[in-house]
Amino acid sequence: MTPRLTIGPIQYFWSEERKLDFYARIADEAPVDTVYLGEVICSKRQPFFDQHIDVVAERLTRAGKRVVLCGLAEVMLKRERKACADLVQQGEFEIEINNAAGLFHLEPGRHHRIGPFMNVYNAETMAHMAARGATHVTVPVELPAASVELMAAEAGKLGVGLEVQVFGRAGLATSARCYHARAFGRTKDNCQFVCGDHADGLPLDTRNGESFLRVNGIQTLSHSYVNLAGEVPAMAEMGVSDLRLMPQDTDMVAVANVFDALRHGAIEAAEADARFGAIVMEAPFSNGFWHGEAGHRRIEAGARALA
Amino acid sequence: MTAGELVCPAGTPAALRTAVDAGADSIYCGFQNATNARNFPGLNFTPQELGKSVEYAHSKGARILLALNTYPPAGKFGLWREAADLGADLGVDAFIVADMGVAAYIAKTHPDIRLHLSVQAAAASPDAICYYVREFGVKRVVLPRILTIPEIREIKAEIPCEIETFIFGNHGLMVEGRCSLTNYATGLSTNMDGVCSPAHLVEYRRDADDGMSTRLGPFTIDRFGPQESAGYPTICKGRYVNSEHPDGYYAFEEPISLNLSRLLPALMDAGVDAFKIEGRQRSRAYVKKVVAAFRAAVDDVRAGREPALADLAALTEGQKQTEGAFQTKKWR
Repeated sequence: MTPRLTIGPIQYFWSEERKLDFYARIADEAPVDTVYLGEVICSKRQPFFDQHIDVVAERLTRAGKRVVLCGLAEVMLKRERKACADLVQQGEFEIEINNAAGLFHLEPGRHHRIGPFMNVYNAETMAHMAARGATHVTVPVELPAASVELMAAEAGKLGVGLEVQVFGRAGLATSARCYHARAFGRTKDNCQFVCGDHADGLPLDTRNGESFLRVNGIQTLSHSYVNLAGEVPAMAEMGVSDLRLMPQDTDMVAVANVFDALRHGAIEAAEADARFGAIVMEAPFSNGFWHGEAGHRRIEAGARALA
Repeated sequence: MTAGELVCPAGTPAALRTAVDAGADSIYCGFQNATNARNFPGLNFTPQELGKSVEYAHSKGARILLALNTYPPAGKFGLWREAADLGADLGVDAFIVADMGVAAYIAKTHPDIRLHLSVQAAAASPDAICYYVREFGVKRVVLPRILTIPEIREIKAEIPCEIETFIFGNHGLMVEGRCSLTNYATGLSTNMDGVCSPAHLVEYRRDADDGMSTRLGPFTIDRFGPQESAGYPTICKGRYVNSEHPDGYYAFEEPISLNLSRLLPALMDAGVDAFKIEGRQRSRAYVKKVVAAFRAAVDDVRAGREPALADLAALTEGQKQTEGAFQTKKWR
């Protein structure tokens, strides 16, 4: 079966205008099936775009996209707990839960999706969630192919969708502390939204000049963009139902077009590489996690065939 | 269990006996494999060693908590199941778990053994904690080191289980159970393999200026001048460079130890049931000193005396100390 293409939630603190433009273009031009909306990283950022969600969702729905509203990855403060409960209790949108606090508020049988921050590493955990209404699971970015294959087989039996991130920086860690504020000598409470100045994250290079990580508020991302273009046929074969593209500061419609051609078998990996070469991107590609290697690595096609 | 339970680490049978003799109420430990989050060479217990350790602890009135607190990747779940069955056979008093699949298996198969929710599950709100209590019958939550004392008090009022907090030792900066930094650099996962900055992939490289670069896999985690002493390259304790900090800065946190000894009375008053000392990788001598000092301190607080804790500062091995998030929201 041809996997669906999805646009994951925007992790960075882009301006309202920029997000509105981004989703308008996705609605009009991107060959994707599902779009995840909502703030996942920082509850302080939430109010800015939340007021536009209805309009954006309507636009996307009219363009034939399925819309899913995402919850926060970290839930600790009162406003975060309330946001979490409100998300589950609204009935208008399909939801993706990213913190166990959200699970607590589910009425029995309430359908929901499980996001990548929920640590579903195995079929036993997936079965627990499916029994409580989960219809769809996005696995952690570090889960290797051998495990994804087993999970996909089990997801098929449970009637649950299984989603893998195939493009964009890997979310490597979250914290209660805001490292973006810290870099500018501030704390989370008086951050002045400095994270809004870095549309693709704040670089952290090593003291010997190697590009390594990116800071995005309380989140730490990989410098490299995960790119599993070469692995799309294998994923389709094993029954991965959805391929997630994480928005980066690049031409995401062009990226979606490449993955769309790949999933339909219209092009192969070499042609995909050539097309990616024509898109301006800030970072190298990696696929190490998928191959059970260090996440920053890029395992080439020849080595893949031997593996 | 009594308030102020002292939960102490043991990486070896000898350290375990030392901790029991020094006054630990409970000792947490793990098997020699990926089922626990301190899967380091030379550390942890064979089944035979754990069996004997359980006997020793029980003979002295102490309890054994078995850490099964990593996340089994699909295809390897059997290892965690076997570890749980083995622990039950050997008579451990509780399992410390993070993965929901593992929690579900134990709740169903070994319903008479206590389940503790590991800090690796990162349950930081009453809602999340109540989910684990409702679904798996969790009896205790180990709280992440990100909450202030008033916040801990508020949580305690809303949850039907015990609270354990860290009071001393290494101070992790990332949300536990949500960190793939080591895997990104090395191919070994904290969640799936139980490792963090594994020693066999660490390199100390002498620089041209006679300084030292400390590396993990292919990445430089810090660089030290000839006069500086080089620290161990843990990614979240390294120094990095960007436009704001061209000469490098501790982007996450400097190497620093958690020491909440001064806050013991306030933590007990806020409703903390058990205090956890970090350090399964530490020596027997360290375990003995720290456990004995905190034993005396907890007993002093219980008896209404002022605890004397001056000696503990010396145990942080020259590192700076912090009360982290517990004292002020500004930590965030």
